[in-house]
Amino acid sequence: MALGRKDAKIPEDSPTELLLEKHVEFIKKYGEDPDDYEYAMSDFLRMNGLYWGCSAMHLMGHIDKMDKSSVIQFLKDCQVENGGFRPVQGHDPHLLNTLSAVQIAVIFDCLDEIDEEGVVKYVKSLQTEEGSFMGDQWGEVDNRFTFCAVACLSLLGRLSELEVDKAADFVKSCLNFDGGFGSRPGAESHAGLIYTCVGTLAVTGHLHYVDADRLGWWLAERQLDSGGLNGRPEKLPDVCYSWWVLASLKILNRIHWIDKEKLKTFMLACQDNETGGFADRPGNM
Amino acid sequence: MGDEDYRSSSEEPNGEMTDWVFYRDRPEWRDVTPVPQDDGANPVVRIAYSERFTDVYDYFRGVMRTGEKSARVLQLTEDALEQNPANYTVWYYRREVLKALDSDLKKEMKYCRDMIEDHPKNYQVWQHRRALIEWTQDPTAELRFTEMILSGDQKNYHAWQHRQWVLATFNLWDKELAYIDDLIEVDIRNNSAWNQRFFVISHSEGWTPEVVDREVNFALDKIKKVVKNESSWNYLKGVLNACDNEEKKGELKLKIRSWCEEKYSQGEESSYMLSFIIDVLQQDLEGIKSTEEKTKVLDRIESLCVRLATHCDTIRANYWNFIKDSAKLRHGGGG
Repeated sequence: MALGRKDAKIPEDSPTELLLEKHVEFIKKYGEDPDDYEYAMSDFLRMNGLYWGCSAMHLMGHIDKMDKSSVIQFLKDCQVENGGFRPVQGHDPHLLNTLSAVQIAVIFDCLDEIDEEGVVKYVKSLQTEEGSFMGDQWGEVDNRFTFCAVACLSLLGRLSELEVDKAADFVKSCLNFDGGFGSRPGAESHAGLIYTCVGTLAVTGHLHYVDADRLGWWLAERQLDSGGLNGRPEKLPDVCYSWWVLASLKILNRIHWIDKEKLKTFMLACQDNETGGFADRPGNM
Repeated sequence: MGDEDYRSSSEEPNGEMTDWVFYRDRPEWRDVTPVPQDDGANPVVRIAYSERFTDVYDYFRGVMRTGEKSARVLQLTEDALEQNPANYTVWYYRREVLKALDSDLKKEMKYCRDMIEDHPKNYQVWQHRRALIEWTQDPTAELRFTEMILSGDQKNYHAWQHRQWVLATFNLWDKELAYIDDLIEVDIRNNSAWNQRFFVISHSEGWTPEVVDREVNFALDKIKKVVKNESSWNYLKGVLNACDNEEKKGELKLKIRSWCEEKYSQGEESSYMLSFIIDVLQQDLEGIKSTEEKTKVLDRIESLCVRLATHCDTIRANYWNFIKDSAKLRHGGGG
């Protein structure tokens, strides 16, 4: 019995055009509903969410709809003495939020409003002996943090403050038998983590550690018949992988290995034509 | 009357408990000054937490300020985590309290287990478990525990990560291959299981010629059952790459190749299988001197790539065209 590959179905009445205005509205409205339970429960993601929102608004040409001075105040309020950034009040600083904060500052061209030296000091302090990075002082190590660290300091023009070769060597140690990368040595290859690893190697000038043809093929294999991309073999497609996979392929100069038209069809079908925004796959909210 | 007694089993979807008594109304908590969250008037992050959420966290901030580490604070952190299991500050403080109280970690393991069952994709609950095992140095429950979580979701990345950490830290390799065998029996396309297999062997037996032989045959056996399976082919290639004995490698490649050619002649066109054939043909080209021979092989590579691009794997047509073109470029000498 040869089972077909897991995949999503695109419903008949799915959107086929890009509903840009609706997405602008969606982001503008986000967080304005006082009864939104999920919004409150995801407060640990607030800085990240703000970055995604600002980034999307900027791409759509509507960054002016974001309240720049409030954003800057929020950034300032979230940076703590050790230089790191909280996601929002009530949580401790973490590398994930620190990258998002710096990215937001770059988008608004207001790096001078945050304590850059503090950021450099904080990020440096999180690098381990073996070259990897902890997410915060409590020690979790993961390639998401490797990328956050190098991307953050690269944006500040201070990459040389880190042990860059060691960081690249740690990523190299996470290279798997299938050409992909995971969160730590031995962890399963995963498109999101491949992005963090390929990104790290690109930023640190170590892309030669990657077998681009092999990894490119692994990434191209994420595309299913529906046109959508998954994150690992035999998983359902999810629109977020459009970013992780495509960005990785772009870095490797092989983005054309994904069927663009089929991916477009899938992504457009993920839109919610009432509220704006994208669901993870067609038919979901 | 302890704080547990204020908990009711009936819960509203927004987390409001009908029998909940706010901390601010509990007489035995009057000695603690609650500390409200300071968002300022910032509209960018206006968050309307529920009343219960606010109450619990105001008191949590209160005890963090005084540094109290007592049994009642342990319960408070539990309430805070029920409201928001992703608040890593609370988890950190809970661990500080556990240390200060020299708590019974068995009880804590049970709590951690419950939290993981409720939030299996949350990073903090798994970090907490790892922290506990680092303290107790007792991994005896871990394999069964991760197995249980994986039985609900075969591919839970956190569970696999935790399992790998336990195996490597405590050297518990011996039964793992049997477990992986079972997983692959149940789902031959379970990529996590295939990945685990490579991990285990790399850390235990190593890739000796005997092991390579055994594992290539294992993979081939699974391929024969389901040819169109990315995981088994990736594993097969990975094992061959890990083999540093050229004779054994050559012998196995030949065996796989003749199986592939036979299946091809019977009409099998799995892209992974054809890709393997193309790979060995490219390797053949390295050793061929005669232009005539080279052309024959290149033509074959070309026809396989065209077949893939136009019939078997059209969504990746650009990739197969690249393979065709780069083979010509490398070996064609002018085509």
